[in-house]
Amino acid sequence: MVELTVTRRSAFEGLHAIGVAGKVSATQSTFATRFSFRGDHQAAALASKAFGVTLPTTLLKAETNGTRTAISLGPDEWLLIAEDGVAQSLADDIAKALGIHFHSLVDISHRNTGFDVSGPEAATILSTGNPLDLHISAFPIGMATRTIFSKAEIVLWRKSADTFHIELWRSFLPFVWGLLEEAAHEV
Amino acid sequence: MSLHLRTTRPGRVDRSKPLTFTFDGKSYKGFQGDTLASALLANGVHLMGRSFKYHRPRGVVTAGSDEPNALVSVGVGARHTPNLRATQVELYDGLVAKSQNAWPSLSFDIGSINNVLSPLFVAGFYYKTFMWPNIAWKKLYEPIIRRAAGLGTAPTSPDPDHYSTRYAHCDVLVIGAGAAGLSAALVAADSGARVILCDEQAELGGSLLSELHATIDGKSAIDWVADAVQTLSAKSGTVTLLPRTQAFGYFAQNFVGLVERVTDHLASPDKKLPRDRLWQVRAKEVVIAAGAHERPLVFPDNDRPGIMLADAARIFANRYGVRPGGRAVVATAHDSAYQAALDLKAAGVTIERIVDLRHDANGPLPNAARAAGIRVDVATAITGSTGSLRVKSARVSKIGTDGEEDIPCDLILMCGGWTPSVHLFSQSRGKLKFDAERNVFIPGTSVQAERSAGACKGSETLADAFADGFAAGSDAATKAGFKASSHSVTVSGVHEAKGGFLGAVPHPHDAGRVKAFVDFQNDVTAKDIKLATREGMRSIEHVKRYTTTGMATDQGKLSNMNALAIASQALDKSIPEVGLTTFRQPYTPISFGAMANHSRGDLFDPVRKTPTHAWAQSQGAIFEDVGLWKRAWFFPKAGEDMHRAVLRECKTVRETAGIFDASTLGKIEVVGPDAAEFMNLLYTNPWSKLEVGRLRYGVMLNEAGFVMDDGVVGRIADDRFHVTTTTGGAPRVMNHMEDYLQTEFPHLKLNITSTTEQWAVIAVQGPKARDIIKPLVEGIDLSNESMPHMSVKQGKICGVPTRLFRMSFTGELGFEVNVPADYGQAVWEAIWAEAQKYNACAYGTETMHVLRAEKGFIIVGQETDGTMTPDDVGLAWAIGKTKPDFVGKRSLTRPDLVKADRKQLVGLLPVDPKTLLEEGAQIVGQANVPTGTPALGHVTSSYESAVLGRTFALAVVAAGRSRIGETLYVPMPGGDIAVKVTDPVFYDKEGARLNG
Repeated sequence: MVELTVTRRSAFEGLHAIGVAGKVSATQSTFATRFSFRGDHQAAALASKAFGVTLPTTLLKAETNGTRTAISLGPDEWLLIAEDGVAQSLADDIAKALGIHFHSLVDISHRNTGFDVSGPEAATILSTGNPLDLHISAFPIGMATRTIFSKAEIVLWRKSADTFHIELWRSFLPFVWGLLEEAAHEV
Repeated sequence: MSLHLRTTRPGRVDRSKPLTFTFDGKSYKGFQGDTLASALLANGVHLMGRSFKYHRPRGVVTAGSDEPNALVSVGVGARHTPNLRATQVELYDGLVAKSQNAWPSLSFDIGSINNVLSPLFVAGFYYKTFMWPNIAWKKLYEPIIRRAAGLGTAPTSPDPDHYSTRYAHCDVLVIGAGAAGLSAALVAADSGARVILCDEQAELGGSLLSELHATIDGKSAIDWVADAVQTLSAKSGTVTLLPRTQAFGYFAQNFVGLVERVTDHLASPDKKLPRDRLWQVRAKEVVIAAGAHERPLVFPDNDRPGIMLADAARIFANRYGVRPGGRAVVATAHDSAYQAALDLKAAGVTIERIVDLRHDANGPLPNAARAAGIRVDVATAITGSTGSLRVKSARVSKIGTDGEEDIPCDLILMCGGWTPSVHLFSQSRGKLKFDAERNVFIPGTSVQAERSAGACKGSETLADAFADGFAAGSDAATKAGFKASSHSVTVSGVHEAKGGFLGAVPHPHDAGRVKAFVDFQNDVTAKDIKLATREGMRSIEHVKRYTTTGMATDQGKLSNMNALAIASQALDKSIPEVGLTTFRQPYTPISFGAMANHSRGDLFDPVRKTPTHAWAQSQGAIFEDVGLWKRAWFFPKAGEDMHRAVLRECKTVRETAGIFDASTLGKIEVVGPDAAEFMNLLYTNPWSKLEVGRLRYGVMLNEAGFVMDDGVVGRIADDRFHVTTTTGGAPRVMNHMEDYLQTEFPHLKLNITSTTEQWAVIAVQGPKARDIIKPLVEGIDLSNESMPHMSVKQGKICGVPTRLFRMSFTGELGFEVNVPADYGQAVWEAIWAEAQKYNACAYGTETMHVLRAEKGFIIVGQETDGTMTPDDVGLAWAIGKTKPDFVGKRSLTRPDLVKADRKQLVGLLPVDPKTLLEEGAQIVGQANVPTGTPALGHVTSSYESAVLGRTFALAVVAAGRSRIGETLYVPMPGGDIAVKVTDPVFYDKEGARLNG
């Protein structure tokens, strides 16, 4: 058996950082473990224990505990985000916690990538491609939803008053990044 | 600088900031705050354009966005922008403007011959003239019309500017920042509501900016505006003020489109700023405060330079500090023109006379005019004008008499009354109602959450505009869920102004021989409209299309009501009976750039690249677009063209091996205890007995029984399938599955998740495939016994977890290595290093296509066209005969789908082995068939094969399988091509090579 060192390459390779001092910046997230979890509310309750975060049973919500976040994307669908490198152990833990209770768990750690947009003008530049009302009164901290940015599907989650997290499929990253780069020029 | 046409009072113009600009190459001076129109007037220039059809000399008529005449081109080179209204073009230092529709020059224009020939150019001229002979249309008439039609010229080079867009939400959107709009915004903002206030002008304030006499709560109009704007600006957290922003379209659910002109007014704008910004606003409540348009009077020769609307002249004098003339005659039917006369007189213009169509003019304003020593003639009409490039005199006549008097002057001010601007209300689908007493259409029943305020609602006094605005702002804020407090102001110093006139002004001339313009921009006269009614047009919609009245870029802002009144009189019907034309977006023209905004160049659409894209690029791959994906098409070596590269790649794969990026294939993870049952229902194949660790080729049908997609499916666990789809079909298949899962089979316990981008897929195909990957694979026995054709195992490759598929789309021994996407390039490079030891190659989609065709494997969308059943394409074996049901099963028994003469997949070998058939070419049974002979089928794929040493093709042919061995013909422009019908599998029919 040949031992090989292989490099994991980020979907962000080749993209330039976006930043306008005091106004807005976009930073790529580090590698993360991600799962699509599907099941009923009881399944969610069982998975919550294994995951260490309460999977929110109200829609449009994100719950975070330390390095782990659960975002409700539908009545029976959650996006789970955890620290890198725990895909196998987490899958085992959740499988054990659920037993034969119907659910599905699919590893999407490499399908998705994500980044934060932060700063006082974060909502402004996101408004160039996202049609939702991002005012804090309409899109409060902890709210998250599957939505669009221009022609790409994204998951948008407000982590704090001026920090948003975007999750998207890796091949759409350069498109969304490019649009945000243009939008940042204006602020 | 000559200031002889500037008034002592500078108005809103900053005379400490002089600017230089050119118009038709001549240099002029203006000031910061001027529009191009006000600056040209201050230089004595009234002639600003030539009319569209007759090329008549035209001057500025209005002071705003409703300007029909003074359309100019601004900027040079790629930034040249045609058809801008000089009244809206803000002056900056170095501005370059040009007139339009004139050659060789504005003052001497050859095209004005059309004016002399005008009896030929009657309404409906095109319809009548360019009818015959038919052939002349394409060759003669259309080119002539195209050259003559349209104003200005579009720039030919790419737009160097960039444009932006922004979505915005608010509780209250206020459109228009005059007295009513500012008031509405103040109340709404005070309630805490989120407010957007937009106005098309550079400065907020609307008509208050030219109001000199009003006192509002003890302040001048200008001071009140300044205070109001300051109050609103202070609430920057909730209030967005958008000057230079046109609300151009009112769409469904209170979605309003605005275009902000961000940099057009700047001499050297910041390159980072967009030129225009499209605002897509969703408002809970809308207040429309769009004001009113002053109406021209329709009298003979009412279009000479120097004839303008009375209030426009007042705006030029009061707001811009410009005297638009020295001696003016005022023709009116409304009291407001008297205020204009008084203000212009105060500004130094001699008012020769005011002629009023009404029999009485005894309101406070007419009386004030008389008191100021201005001669007022009532029951007197303006019946003509003289002059060519500038008006020289006004012709007036006592109504009912033939006598006419010429009054020398260089300025004629006209006022036919005011038309409420109901465009946006009408676009919101609100129903207009006709106020017969005042002859105006005003907003009636609302359809959306909006209300109108001020002059656009028909209110006539400044006090009413404020009251309307406060009430509308309060109503809007309350309905949006806020508590609004009551506001009011006390207005003094302004007088009520009443009156109005619609239609053609009476005159003693032969109406068929004069030109009294109704629509200045489209050169439509009163007699054109009468002609249209005589020729049978009954509805204003027909009159409009026949004469083109109201169809110019100004949307008939000035002309609609007069046109309607003339038609109504000619038809002897009331105005509401004749009807009103539909108001369309955009309210004023907006740029293509604003509409396209970021969607250009690399950002027009997402460009999806696979994890190994960079590697392929470094190897000189040529890419092809497959949906949004970029796929490596072929990898030419030095000196190779596509043909030679593909032949080499094909040969290498068959002799040794090749590696291919299959990452774009759609992938769907189907998980749950009922996963196999779901697969049974969605695919034709049986899945229940597929063992874990085995693969099966699946065929998906639509409800009609036609092949929709195909792909290899692996059973990863009892309750988990790894489904692959075609590249282009991935989203469609996902939606199809989700649709059936939610609507038809909700009782099944499973879920589907797209994993297309989770996995990078590296296909290794060819006799040496196993040898290449073997040193890299850990924990998987690759032998035929352990891992036969159509199996899947999980283990590691290069230390990375993999789902390793043993499968083949080439007919050779093959593997598809699935690894998590971030590792795709590293694993690819490791496999490539091994592959090079065997002189294997990287191959692209074209080679993939050839190799699969040699094996008779179909490509959905190439061999199928949405009307092919599994049996048609030789896939009847993939149908689970004993399955009780699957999507499309019932349709497969329809009589038409089991007919013997359906088109079936076959192979074709051209009799001449060097002839390459054209894909899509038709196939017939005999040589030399007459044109119109129905085809038996068509060529679906056609290539040259390295391994066969000849060309070959796949085709669908009626009853094709029964024709194997026959000779058919492909008729082409160069003659028939004889082809032999064969089995569609050309190479290794027994499939021995799969087990290599």
